[in-house]
This record gives sequence, C-alpha cells and structure tokens, in this order.
Amino acid sequence: MKFVRDFLDKIKPNFEKGGKYPWLHSTFDAFETFAFVPKTTTKSGAHFRDAIDMKRTMTFVIFALVPALLFGIYNVGYQHFLSLNPNIGFFEGFWDNTLYGLLKVLPIIIVSYVVGLGIEFIFAQLRGHEVNEGFLVSGMLIPLVMPPDVPLWQVALATAFAVIIGKEVFGGTGMNFMNPALTARAFLFFAFPGSMSGDNVWIAEKADAFSGATPLAEMFNGMDVPSTSIMDMFLGIMPGSIGETSVLAILLGGIILLKTGIGSWKIMLSVLIGATLMGLTFNLLGSEANPYMQLPFYYHFLMGGFAFGLVFMATDPVTASQTETGKWIYGLLIGIMAVLIRVVNPAYPEGMMLAILLLNVFAPLIDYYVVDANVKRRKKRWANASTLNEKGGLDAK
Amino acid sequence: MSKLIKIKKGLDLNLKGRAENTLSEVLVQSYAVKPTDYIGVTPKLMVKEGDRVMAGSPLFFAKHNEKILFTSPISGIVTSINRGERRVIEEIRITPDNEVEYVDFGNKPFSSMTKEEIIDKLLISGTWTYIRQRPYSIIPNPNKSPKCIVISGFDSSPLAPDYSILLKNQASELQLGVDIISKLTQGKIYVNSHISKGKTPEILGLKNVVHTNFDGPHPSGNVGVQISNLEPINKGENVWYIHPADLVMIGKLFLHGKLITDKIIALTGSETIKPHYYNIKRGACISSIINNNVNGENHLRYISGNILTGKKIESNGYIGAYDNQITVIKEGDYYEFLGWILPGFKKFSFSRTFLSGFLRFLPKQFQKPIEVDTNLHGGQRAYVMTGEFEKVFPFDIYPLQLIKACIIEDIDQMEELGIYEIDAEDFALCEVIDTSKTDIQDIIRKGLELIRKEMGE
Repeated sequence: MKFVRDFLDKIKPNFEKGGKYPWLHSTFDAFETFAFVPKTTTKSGAHFRDAIDMKRTMTFVIFALVPALLFGIYNVGYQHFLSLNPNIGFFEGFWDNTLYGLLKVLPIIIVSYVVGLGIEFIFAQLRGHEVNEGFLVSGMLIPLVMPPDVPLWQVALATAFAVIIGKEVFGGTGMNFMNPALTARAFLFFAFPGSMSGDNVWIAEKADAFSGATPLAEMFNGMDVPSTSIMDMFLGIMPGSIGETSVLAILLGGIILLKTGIGSWKIMLSVLIGATLMGLTFNLLGSEANPYMQLPFYYHFLMGGFAFGLVFMATDPVTASQTETGKWIYGLLIGIMAVLIRVVNPAYPEGMMLAILLLNVFAPLIDYYVVDANVKRRKKRWANASTLNEKGGLDAK
Repeated sequence: MSKLIKIKKGLDLNLKGRAENTLSEVLVQSYAVKPTDYIGVTPKLMVKEGDRVMAGSPLFFAKHNEKILFTSPISGIVTSINRGERRVIEEIRITPDNEVEYVDFGNKPFSSMTKEEIIDKLLISGTWTYIRQRPYSIIPNPNKSPKCIVISGFDSSPLAPDYSILLKNQASELQLGVDIISKLTQGKIYVNSHISKGKTPEILGLKNVVHTNFDGPHPSGNVGVQISNLEPINKGENVWYIHPADLVMIGKLFLHGKLITDKIIALTGSETIKPHYYNIKRGACISSIINNNVNGENHLRYISGNILTGKKIESNGYIGAYDNQITVIKEGDYYEFLGWILPGFKKFSFSRTFLSGFLRFLPKQFQKPIEVDTNLHGGQRAYVMTGEFEKVFPFDIYPLQLIKACIIEDIDQMEELGIYEIDAEDFALCEVIDTSKTDIQDIIRKGLELIRKEMGE
C-alpha cells in the first residue's frame, strides 16, 4: 500500500497551515487516518498502548447493525409488495423485494451520512479537532429508526437538528447528554407527526386497502393481542421502522456487542428486567378497561422499537449512566418507563424512545448519587480518623 | 499468620524479554544525578563543573528545604551540568575515579542514636531522598512523621525484576535498614509479599514488622494499592514508603559509615538480546549495559523503569534514582494501512475486538509472551467508553470521574473523589487500555501537583 501512502504524503502539505486548503485540514486528516493508523508514538506515561481506538470501537457497532440493516432492506420491499398482494410469501420475489428495499433505504442512509458528517467535519475544522467517529454509528442508527416512507428532506432536517442541537452545542461526541439518533427521531415525531405515526407510514407506498397497522398500533387501539404471530414478530415480518422489526437480527447484533464487550450487558439485562417487572405488574393488576394491561409481558420485547432501543440505544455509553451501579438503575428505569408509557399513556403508542430519552436526561443525576455515596463514605472515614487523632490514638501530625 | 489481601481488579501483562537469573558486572564510564527524578524539588547547586566529589558528597539541595541533600553516588570529577528548557538542571554528570573514595559518615551504632541523630545522618548522606511520601510521591519533610511506613516486597509491573535477586544475601543489611526507619514513625511498618510472585526469603524473614500477603494481578505491587488496603490515607495524613533495595543501602550506611550505592538492576524488554541482571552503582550510564545487547537494526525506545511508568531516556542516558530496571522496546513510528480494521492476531488489546484479545482467556501455559511497541494506535478523543477503567483499577474510587475532576482542576472534587489515596502510577493500566488515547498519568500528576501547591507541601 506504499503508493497510497506516497500519494497522501505528497498531497498532505496542501492541507497544512500555509498550504492551499488549510480549511480542509480536519477532512484530510479524517481520510488519512481512515486509510492509515497514524505513526504517533507515546510521549508520556505508559510507553505502549492498547491497539483499540475509537474507529475500531465504532466499526464494531456498525458490524452489529448490519443484520438489522439487511433484514430491514428486505422487509421494506416485502411489506410493500405484500400490501399490493396479501397472498405473497416471504421469499417470493426475493430480488424484487431486495431491490425495492434498497431503493427506499439507501437514499435515507446517504442523506443521513452526508448531512451529519458534513456538519461534523465543519465543527471539527472550526474547533481544530480531529473528526470524531461517533457519527459513523449515529448516521446508521438514524435511518434504521425511520419509517420507510419518510421524506428525505425530513431526514436531512432531523439529522441536522440531532447533530447540532443534540450534540455539537454541548461540545461534540462524548459531551452530549441525549442520544443523537433518538433526538432525530423525537424531533420528527413531534415536528412532523404525520410522517411518524398512523397506519400509513410503516409500509413504503402502501396500497390503501391494506391495513398495515403495526402490532403497537393495534394494541394502542384496544386490541387484545396483536394480529401478527409471535414468530413473525420475532423474525420481524411486520410493518415498522426500517431496522427495528426483526428481534432476531437485532439479537445477532447484540451478541456482537456483548462478545466484544462494547455494549454493556448490565444495561441490556436491566432493561429486560425492568420491562418484565412492569409487564408482570400490569398483568397482576389487570383491567377490563385497558386490555393492554393483560398482554403477556414478553410481547413488549417483540413489538415496536423495544429490542432495537435495548441493544443499540440504551447502551450508548455517552448518554447512559457512566458508573457501573448507575447502569443497573438506569436500565431498570428504562424498562419500567418503556412499558409504562406504552400501556397507560394515551398519546404515544411507542414508549421505548421516550423512556430512553427521559433516562438519558436523568443519567447524570443517577451518577451523581452513586458517586456521592462513595464521597460520603470517604468523608466519614476522614471524620473518624480526625476524632481518633484528637484522642491521641494516631500520630498523624 | 499474616493477613491475605486479594486484589481482584488489574491486569498482568506477559511481555517478551523477561530477565534471566544471571548477574553481570559492567564497567561504567559515566554517572549522573538527575534532579528531575525528584517531584517537587527545585535544585540549588553546591558544585560546579570541574569539582572533585567523593561518594556521599552533596551535589545540590532542595530549594524548599536546605536540609534535604542530594549526594554523589561515586567519587570523581563533575564533568558537566546539563540544562534543558528554561535552564532546568537535568543532569549532573560525574566521571568516576578508578577507586571509590567515600565520605566518612561515622559508624556509631544506631541503637545508641536519637531519632534526630538518625534523621540527620539520613539527610546528610542523601539517603533521606529515597524515602517518599504519599500523597504526591515527594520526598517527605523531615519534621513530620507518617502514620505508617509501607514497604512493597514485590514488583507486579511488566517484566519487573525479581526481588529475591535484588536482595540476595543482604538480609542483615535489610533488617538494619528496617530497624532504622522504624524510628521515624510511631505507627506500623508494613512489609508486603505476594503469595505467588513475590516470595523473597530476605523479605519474609524481616522482624519487627507487620507482614501482609497480597494476591492478584498488577497493580497489587503498587504501594498505593497496598496502602489503600492497609491504612487508607485520609485528608491531611501521610504515609511513607521506600524500596527494599534502598533500605539495604541505608543499612550499609549505618554499618560501614559509607554511602555504598551498589544495586542490582534488570535489563528487560523485547529488544534486548540477553535480558538479565547487572550489578551497578546508582546513577550509572546505560550505554555500557545495552552495548551489544540490543537489536541494533530497530529504532528503539529506552526506558528507565518499567514500561508502564518509566521515563524515556536516550541510549546514553542514565538510570533514574528510584528505578531498578531498564526496558528496551521498539519505537512504533510507522503507518499501518487500515490498521484499525485488521483482525489483529498479534496486537495487544485488553478489549475483545481483536482476535489476540481472546488469548488472555487461555490457560497460562498456552499464552506466549507478547511484543509491544510505542505506537499510540489511534488519535486522541473525548471520553466515550465507560466501565473500562474500573476493570483494572483496584481502588474504591471512581477513576473516570477523578480524571475529569483533574482535567477541570476542581480541587474540592479531586479531594472528595479520593485523590490523596492514589498516584499517577496507579492509573497506568487505565492509560494503556484507554480507547480515547489520553495521557492519564499526566493528567493525574498535574492534578496532584495542583493540590500539593495549594496545600503548601
């Protein structure tokens, strides 16, 4: 790969201070470090460092998203053709489904990356930083939580909002307190409810006669159980956001995150526990007026964005609790709130997005109290030591 | 029966280049004392170029306390005084005589000496500077006394020298050294061993001390970890510590009345041809040690100390005052094409994103020593990952939160989060595994220095 290196070395001076395009420095740096791990060596402290870096970490999250993405593309196509011909089998017209899905999904991905990375590059240049890899993941998460029929200009607007207001104004990746991808979705949800809710958006160019209601919408509208079978919900053969339908595909991604240790198992497990507890509580309470309460708790794992949120959103290390004890509380509350919002909130069918955003906001508070317990313990020890000293028990002075 | 303390968090690094158990003598042409080895010391010179010194003659004193003297490890001529940026004195170089001449410090038996006489003898001989204080890792104020003294009887850091070699046949000098410093505190003298790596007869045989056994990975050998498990430091308190090899020197000082600065060091690291032990005097130039014993073709990094906390020196540099080890590894100044995505069979990683990362879960006999270089493997970023540092940081302290408090220079927060209980070296493993590639030891050191100045120590 010497010729690539030589070429980069040759054009590098153009992007340095005093070169022709110093305003493209961060951009050049981003591409250069993408091609080659830089030759920087340790200057102080430990003389060797772990081979992992932010690029590799973020790349593994993208790997983990691939199953959900591929399934999502296919399912977008399949759901479209299903709405035209309700008798079609899942594997009938494989290439038609794939091609149609690609044509729908790819533009959304491209818009999300172009807008988001563009803004990131500009901010990196203005601040004189290297471009942070955080958006590589956000840029993929945003399309996957969108309905397939979302207008591209809305994707662009939501991405810009998420990156600027959700992240950059707080200092960029690592400093934001709300998950950027969920911020994008919440922005659309409240700014353009027509594109984000109702029965018409979850299937691309749906035929009018076809119902196309998602299991969540069915429950929201007072059905006893969703009409989709449990197996279909698990596999993801139902209408919904592009990457959120297949629990199986998300599970594969979850295994990658857990095996590599990038996603926190504590958060994933505690979200599950929280949702189970809340679901069981509702089952116990029961209510004739609200059949949703009697829905077996495990349905919550299969419907809507629960699984996707659990694996990819709740585990975002920047916006989650940063202490290990805090992670348990944070996850538990997400699980509880998600089911709570779904079942008793009259306005929003999907509780997961709001639950995660809510706990994103509370995560620093949770951490504050966890760390404060440690501080209090230490101060108590100080107090004990100084009373001992006064009694002459210890010679500290 | 001594107490057993198990350290659960941490990481043992099995690196290539462990020193074999053989000992060489080596002729050293130059010695130096480096004022930069001593934290918080501004040197005031007492010699000039061309002066003759004896082993034990003062070279400079500390500006903040003129009683703290730094003495020559050898007799000879002061050949040069090297200054770095802003005229900071970096090295006082001495060319040795053929025969060592010693300053006579008298050999009055220590049992008949008062505490003040003992302290004066330690100060005037320069051996006081080998005692250090937590917090801050500074040379302690002779007018104070610590709540206890901790002696780590083993080194858990990568490629660390074996103390049973460093201390061989010096049990009586070591015991004398321990007896002397026990006059400096009314508290306990703790001596710590490791149940599997650190069974040194000279250490285990020590009397009039509290023996404690540790178990578990690095940093179990760090005094900071040991103190936090024995007598955690509260605000306003201090604990002293000293290396056993330096206690041997103190023992010899009181026995013979001379500053005998011999010590054994280990030459280690993947780029040494025959890693083994050398008998040297303190402050020796490393050039004759590494001569013909390193892989000449590679661009190399020479480290005085271990790979985690040592200082970078040149191939003709000098071993640091507190170091018992020289480590030589490859410099990592190369570009790696798409290096961040390769499977990585041979790379070191604590994470499980490289195939090699799984190797450390194999049984010990299948693990081969690994080779590392100085490449940073990425660019510096904001902190994103959480829960990583906690796995290698065996303190009841929140590491990331403390690091951030140091970055924003919030003294109240640093205190509350436990900065008095730690030192930069305790964060070395955090720094190694940091995905964001920040220089954490630097950050912690600056935080400690900020507090030290604020407290006027």
